[in-house]
Amino acid sequence: MSVERPFSQEILARRRWMGLAARSGPDRLRELLPDLPAHELLRTPEIGAVMVQGRAGGTGTPFNLGEMTVTRCSVRLASGEVGHAHVQGRDRDHARRAAILDALMQTDAAPDLEGKVLSPLAQEEAARRASRAARAATTRVEFFTLVRGEDQ
Amino acid sequence: MYVAVKGGERAIDNAHAWLAEVRRGDRDVPELTVAQIREQMTLAVNRVMAEGSLYDPDLAALAIKQARGDLIEAIFLVRAYRTTLPRLGSSAPVETGAMAVTRRISATFKDLPGGQILGPTFDYTHRLIDFALAAEGADAAEPAMPAVDKVEEVPHVMEFLNKDGLIQSELQEGAQVPDLTREPMELPASRPLRLQALARSDEGFLLSLAYSTQRGYGRTHAFVGELRIGTVAVEMEVPELGFPVEIGEIELTECETVNQFTGSKTEPAQFTRGYGLVLGQSERKAISMSLVDRALRWRELGEDFSGAPAQDEEFVLMHADNIQATGFLEHIKLPHYVDFQAELELIRKLRRETEPSDLAAEEQP
Amino acid sequence: MMSQALGGGFADAPVQSARAFRTALDAMARPGRILRVGGAKPPAPLSVAAGVLLLTLCDRTTPLHLAPGHDAPEIRDWVTFHTGAPLVTPGAAAFALGRWEALQPVTRFRIGQPDYPDRSATLIVELDELTNEGAVLTGPGIETVARLSLPELSAFHLNRDIFPLGYDTFLTSRDKIAGLPRSTRVEAG
Repeated sequence: MSVERPFSQEILARRRWMGLAARSGPDRLRELLPDLPAHELLRTPEIGAVMVQGRAGGTGTPFNLGEMTVTRCSVRLASGEVGHAHVQGRDRDHARRAAILDALMQTDAAPDLEGKVLSPLAQEEAARRASRAARAATTRVEFFTLVRGEDQ
Repeated sequence: MYVAVKGGERAIDNAHAWLAEVRRGDRDVPELTVAQIREQMTLAVNRVMAEGSLYDPDLAALAIKQARGDLIEAIFLVRAYRTTLPRLGSSAPVETGAMAVTRRISATFKDLPGGQILGPTFDYTHRLIDFALAAEGADAAEPAMPAVDKVEEVPHVMEFLNKDGLIQSELQEGAQVPDLTREPMELPASRPLRLQALARSDEGFLLSLAYSTQRGYGRTHAFVGELRIGTVAVEMEVPELGFPVEIGEIELTECETVNQFTGSKTEPAQFTRGYGLVLGQSERKAISMSLVDRALRWRELGEDFSGAPAQDEEFVLMHADNIQATGFLEHIKLPHYVDFQAELELIRKLRRETEPSDLAAEEQP
Repeated sequence: MMSQALGGGFADAPVQSARAFRTALDAMARPGRILRVGGAKPPAPLSVAAGVLLLTLCDRTTPLHLAPGHDAPEIRDWVTFHTGAPLVTPGAAAFALGRWEALQPVTRFRIGQPDYPDRSATLIVELDELTNEGAVLTGPGIETVARLSLPELSAFHLNRDIFPLGYDTFLTSRDKIAGLPRSTRVEAG
């Protein structure tokens, strides 16, 4: 099963919130979303590995680089919405919370969660990235080729 | 022939208890936490992740603690752990061109778009022991930071040479990505299989092989076209969704070498490439990997096999894995009493068959 | 993907799949012995036993063929969500699931190669009833003789004739499973 590309607005929005939840620290997500609604576990949080692929030369034939730990979970809310999560690491609670967030974002609670959970996560991530880029920029260097004395 | 031995259960238990005690060391010294190892021994953690072939900094730090800092033992622990994990899927190939770089240098291009970024490097340190570090609580001061509004992507340097047709281009081929953790390695290996084996191989072995090519054993005249370290997003197609989602971010080190190539019967004179990609921050290994990758490509580039070790696929790939190597090496210290008894019998028999007068002459000086 | 396809998996996968795997091993090691399994609630017409076998034995690396009658959207979705197994044609399958008639001709399934006899298919055959009556089984894992309600004899004769090549078979009905490995000889009862 595969959906058409380019992706619709709905799918792009869902990709965004699922990515934010997966990249967030487990502790931070718990702080922002402390209370969980009643839910059924369709797939109990399960720790596994995902094989990460690279490309030869950065752009060529794909190859298997090595694995990373990933925890996945799927839930169904009492109101019927189904949420899925695949999150980096081995934190079962993180996967469950991310799956619930995915389900809740399909309900009327979405605007509220956008303000309380997703916007803070997005802002913090942007700040983290900008700070690292700024730090990298302090080590940017211009190399000058020196002309040797005997060549003058 | 393998013959089981039994016994020594209590001695083994006691040895394990003692091992736990020496791991802890002097109890007057505070115990190391896993977080301390993860944050302050990051390059050791990165090596364990790369060679354990599993990206998980907390797990690698724990393995280092358990292994008393023996990195190969820690890698062994990580490899054993990963065999217990179900495979949840395979990512899309990571886009290293979109990497958020913390370091990015080129030895071939002085002025490159995006600039040369040194990052947290040892390169320009004086390699003098810093005794100030012996005192605790001596934190480095933060430099003034310029404001950055937008994080820009830095393009791969090699693409510039590619535009002029001066370098061999990387083709995308092969539908099925070979996986040596699922199917035993078969030789001759395709380049994707070789790259997988090199990415998880022992850093020291790879370094020595790469060095041997520089000294003339399969010389490939390598320059570092680009070396970059930074984070990339990992994206995976999720069957129940029908579209890919980001599942996390990992740090990678990537090295691309530019190699002189004067042409062969089948190829025009142009530059060729070697490639290294390693989990975590590990530039020595990434550079080594790209040199060895290039040396192993002699066949597809129509070069001659000069008999150099780094060109010998079987020699390289079959001896590069330090867990296989240490397993076979260290097993010879375990009980081999029956094997040895047989050898002893053989030696005695051979000696009996020798002339008694010769023996007598030997024994009386 | 339909929401109802997402239920009915193992609630405690590590423990339940380990137990089920042990049961599947026992069934193959003792051909003709009928054992019971549980823990899965697959969509109809999949039996509990067949569902448990799929959850236990299939993953992304084991291509699965669903025979007509079992090739329904609910079952496809359930299998995809819970196992990730790719759904394929008979010749590419590591596992094949269906009623005996729907799996015909069984000569389409992989029987392995002389140097890799393990590269063969395992059939999961759904039966209305699974009892210790009917065909007489002898061979490895059977002390004297066993009896099992097989749907047919000739196909299993042919399969035994090409040993060590051939497919292996699980027979399932409700929560019951039995194994019929390629090594078992089958005679009329």
